[in-house]
Amino acid sequence: MAKYLLLKHYRGAPASVNDVPMDQWSQEEISAHVQYMNDFAARLEKTGEFVDGQALAPEGAWVRYDGEGRPPVTDGPFAETKDLIAGWMIIDVDSYERAVELAGELSAAPGAGGKPIHEWLEVRPFLAAPPTITE
Amino acid sequence: MQDALVEALRVWAADPPRDAKGWLVTVAWRKFLDATRADAARRRREDRVEEEPAPGPAPAVDDTLQLYFLCAHPSLTPASAVALTLRAVGGLTTRQIAEAYLVPEATMAQRISRAKRTVSGVRFDRPGDVATVLRVLYLVFNEGYSGDVDLAAEAIRLTRQLAARIDHPEVAGLLALMLLHQARRAARTASDGSLVPLAEQDRGRWDTALIAEGVGILQAALARDRLGEFQAQAAIAALHADAPAAEETDWVQIVEWYDELTRLTDSPVVRLNRAVAVGEADGPRAGLAALAALDASLPRHAAVAAYLHERDGDLATAARLYAEAAHKAPNLAERDHLTRQAARLNARRCR
Repeated sequence: MAKYLLLKHYRGAPASVNDVPMDQWSQEEISAHVQYMNDFAARLEKTGEFVDGQALAPEGAWVRYDGEGRPPVTDGPFAETKDLIAGWMIIDVDSYERAVELAGELSAAPGAGGKPIHEWLEVRPFLAAPPTITE
Repeated sequence: MQDALVEALRVWAADPPRDAKGWLVTVAWRKFLDATRADAARRRREDRVEEEPAPGPAPAVDDTLQLYFLCAHPSLTPASAVALTLRAVGGLTTRQIAEAYLVPEATMAQRISRAKRTVSGVRFDRPGDVATVLRVLYLVFNEGYSGDVDLAAEAIRLTRQLAARIDHPEVAGLLALMLLHQARRAARTASDGSLVPLAEQDRGRWDTALIAEGVGILQAALARDRLGEFQAQAAIAALHADAPAAEETDWVQIVEWYDELTRLTDSPVVRLNRAVAVGEADGPRAGLAALAALDASLPRHAAVAAYLHERDGDLATAARLYAEAAHKAPNLAERDHLTRQAARLNARRCR
């Protein structure tokens, strides 16, 4: 029983095997991809392992505090930012091995030519609550 | 009979029978008749088992024991066994369990209904293994997070209920272990939520009634001379509870109990804890020597090494290891605690 974040990147991950960008796919290929993602989430809900899934718009801004009484400073987006997150899925599973297994399945979502994208997904454990028994 | 138990799982939570045994016999007979009828009827009945029983207190009858075994059945994954136990034995609602484990209610509902499906074919031709039940209860207790539902308190309640129904020294051992840890719970966290290590806890805030109860249960269990890992863990907790001040802790005895525990479990985590105890009993050099024999990739290895190096006076190494341990910490409270340790040593060295 541990939660993991499966993180999908627009940029920053190593190149996928099937690396054709989505805007060059056919309508059917896009539909098949979306269907695969929805089915995957629905299946995880049925196995009792789904927590959350969200997608992010690629365009964002950088914001920081600029001192007392002043509005926050905004800047960006910066084209050179190396890491750009596309979205995530949160799962609650029995083991790290299971998290890796599920990430592998998610990475097999079909892309151009209906072939798996083999996309690199980042798997990150959540920091949990401390256990009751420590010694 | 099996079908009757599944039926009990479904309806007892809302409507506990006055005569449980009679109820089971009647239902078992009815189920037998049902089973001879058409497939369609059977499908409908299976669908009914899927349905969510209404929340309510668990039935306080001896057949509860069968439910414990069913809900901790080895065919279930730990997460499923925990969820089913809290639902069917504990009588918590699916929403409460979902909130306690920070998952959506729909996910928890599916986890529970899958677990029910998994065990619906289980036959009780042999007595269940109490060790599987104890592992599930230990997991519930150790979850740590306490929201609206206090899982540690719930685990204690369920373990008490089990101990009243089954005479087994390890059940008593687990109950004692839980009580002894629960006794220190209030002193474990500062008002800002940060962890307070055992040595720095205000022992005046320990719950002496819980300690006395835990020690009493443990002593009765140990007297039966059938040692198991929970009794050994409880013995260590009892020795900590027994010390009026951290300096008065009987570390020599604690090391001996860790030796027993190593013999019983052969767990690397136990060996790591033993190295800490050796460091206290025989000095930090002895602790570091014990640690050197262990795999450095073990969780909390760096934290233990940092502590022992600090005790040995090597503050630079200790600070570096505390920072490394913070980086690897599995939870936020521990990470913050270890970061503070590193910062404390770094500040002292710079002065």
